[in-house]
Amino acid sequence: MHPKAIDWIIMGTYFAFVLGIGAALKRSMRTSTDFFLSGRSMPAWITGLAFISANLGAQEVIGMAASGAKYGMATSQFYWVGAIPAMVFLGVFMMPFYYGSRARSVPEYLRLRFDEKTRGLNAITFAVMTVFSSGISLYALALLLRLLLGWDFNASIALSALIVLVYILLGGLTSAIYNEVLQFFLIVFGFAPLVLIGLKDVGGWHGLVTGLHAVARSQGFEPRAWLSTWGVMGSPRDNPMGVDWFSMAMGLGFVLSFGYWCTDFLVVQRALAADSMDSARRTPLIAAVPKMLFPFLVILPGMIAIAATVHGGASGLTLPRKADGQLNYDMVVPLMLGKYFPSGMLGLGLTALMASFMTGMAGNVTAFNTVWTYDIYQAYIRRDASDAHYLTVGRLATVVGIGLSVAAAYLTNRFSNIMDLLQLLFAFVNAPLFATFLLGMFWKRTSGHGAFAGLLAGTAAAAVHHGLTLPAGRTPGIKGGWIAVMHLYPSQMAQNFWTAIYAFAVCLLVTLAVSLATRPRPEKELVGLVYSLTPRERTSERRWYRRPALLGACVLAAAVALNVMFW
Amino acid sequence: MGLDIRVPIGALFSLLGALLAVYGLAGGRALAGNIDLWWGLVLAGFGAAMLLLAWRAR
Repeated sequence: MHPKAIDWIIMGTYFAFVLGIGAALKRSMRTSTDFFLSGRSMPAWITGLAFISANLGAQEVIGMAASGAKYGMATSQFYWVGAIPAMVFLGVFMMPFYYGSRARSVPEYLRLRFDEKTRGLNAITFAVMTVFSSGISLYALALLLRLLLGWDFNASIALSALIVLVYILLGGLTSAIYNEVLQFFLIVFGFAPLVLIGLKDVGGWHGLVTGLHAVARSQGFEPRAWLSTWGVMGSPRDNPMGVDWFSMAMGLGFVLSFGYWCTDFLVVQRALAADSMDSARRTPLIAAVPKMLFPFLVILPGMIAIAATVHGGASGLTLPRKADGQLNYDMVVPLMLGKYFPSGMLGLGLTALMASFMTGMAGNVTAFNTVWTYDIYQAYIRRDASDAHYLTVGRLATVVGIGLSVAAAYLTNRFSNIMDLLQLLFAFVNAPLFATFLLGMFWKRTSGHGAFAGLLAGTAAAAVHHGLTLPAGRTPGIKGGWIAVMHLYPSQMAQNFWTAIYAFAVCLLVTLAVSLATRPRPEKELVGLVYSLTPRERTSERRWYRRPALLGACVLAAAVALNVMFW
Repeated sequence: MGLDIRVPIGALFSLLGALLAVYGLAGGRALAGNIDLWWGLVLAGFGAAMLLLAWRAR
């Protein structure tokens, strides 16, 4: 790939705008609320696009295209089943508690609802996770720049980290949100032509279907396996993902997706920046609309690439193979950019790709600096300082967060096994989270001791389940079976889904049992934090598109329609 | 917050669109079967619409 002057001009222009937005917002950062929560002043359309964009990092753009090639249309389950229902639930049922309680972060909500130890556990694990996630984004970007443009690994890390540092330091969360909105449009306009030209290459939709039938037959599946979602989920043997409908619906569609979209402060923070309760509730609902259409932007390129590789296309696009002879699915997007885009468009596509990595990193850093300042520093180190002091601490936390991200990127480069292990531990911690929030928000009897014990038991259950099971064809170790192999799963994805299901169930049962044996908080302390004790907001006099329940129902109906269309 | 996000979005996409369209027009058949030209016009149109919205809301 050899960018020309026009490509560098496009990249330079975009990053000049990114830094310019930070500089323009610098004077608006007067209080810690301005810096950490955008002064709670954002309209719903901005927070909605930022909500989806904060999640639109490297994994989504590169990873979902790779999964599209590897698993076909079933990858869209990560959107239509693994995101939309949870986003609707967050907007309709959970945002009133997050926003209405005036909590400044998700861990702070846990303190208001439960107690200090539950908040501390969530805050510390979340802070550690965000800097490592940020580091992984940075590492992946540096690898990509070395692969595509021949850039030096160290220089790529330094330049990327510096750009993110400057614009967050200047404009705080507002700068991150504004750049997420900018990046959203850049991704859409940068990748839509890739899909259009790709479809033309394989002979339109009909040509793609014919090609994907050939792909499925070549791998021993029935012809529709790469085009179907639920239709091939009857048995793990019938689909390339190796999962069945129950683990897909419960593991991904309920436990994992609700655990991420409803409790992860990285995305919830965008909704907390909204200018009113109404805007906060509509934030995930607005985000759900482009989210359900994203499979056509990020998964379809992978399906086009595999169809062209197996069945042939006009341009001769072929996925490269790795040293072990397996197709290198991660090369889908870089390969298509280089093959289909002339100079000019290449600059736009590369900029969109780089922006997605940086936004993923910036989202993690803004969540980290808020949780560090409010939930760790203010809670445990210095409780009664001035607001200006916490603003300074937040800025320092941004510098430290970027520094730790850089360190994590180098750690990943040197010891990738350590990072695999850390990500596994994070998965154990995250798996039971939604059970705690569900009981906390909808059962007033849930106690702080119950929540804390449930979280620990759920995490332990996830670890034990992982230690006793193994995906088929793997050796015991980091992939599972490190205690004893008592059950073989057809795929790693199936093992992940069932690990989450067990963790959720154990957390739920332990929280219930311990709560019944311990004293709950007085009801007057739980007003605004628990569903049955919180007055309902009247929305019936608003227009339909401003009523969260009705808007949520429309979004769900559209998601169901997409599921039926690609059954 | 003192800055309407539609202004930088509109300005950026108008500029990128104009750059692409001019480059596509100059490159012609070599670039083409001419995504730079057509997509540049789409981007510039989107950018102009954003600037118009920002101007109307000022």
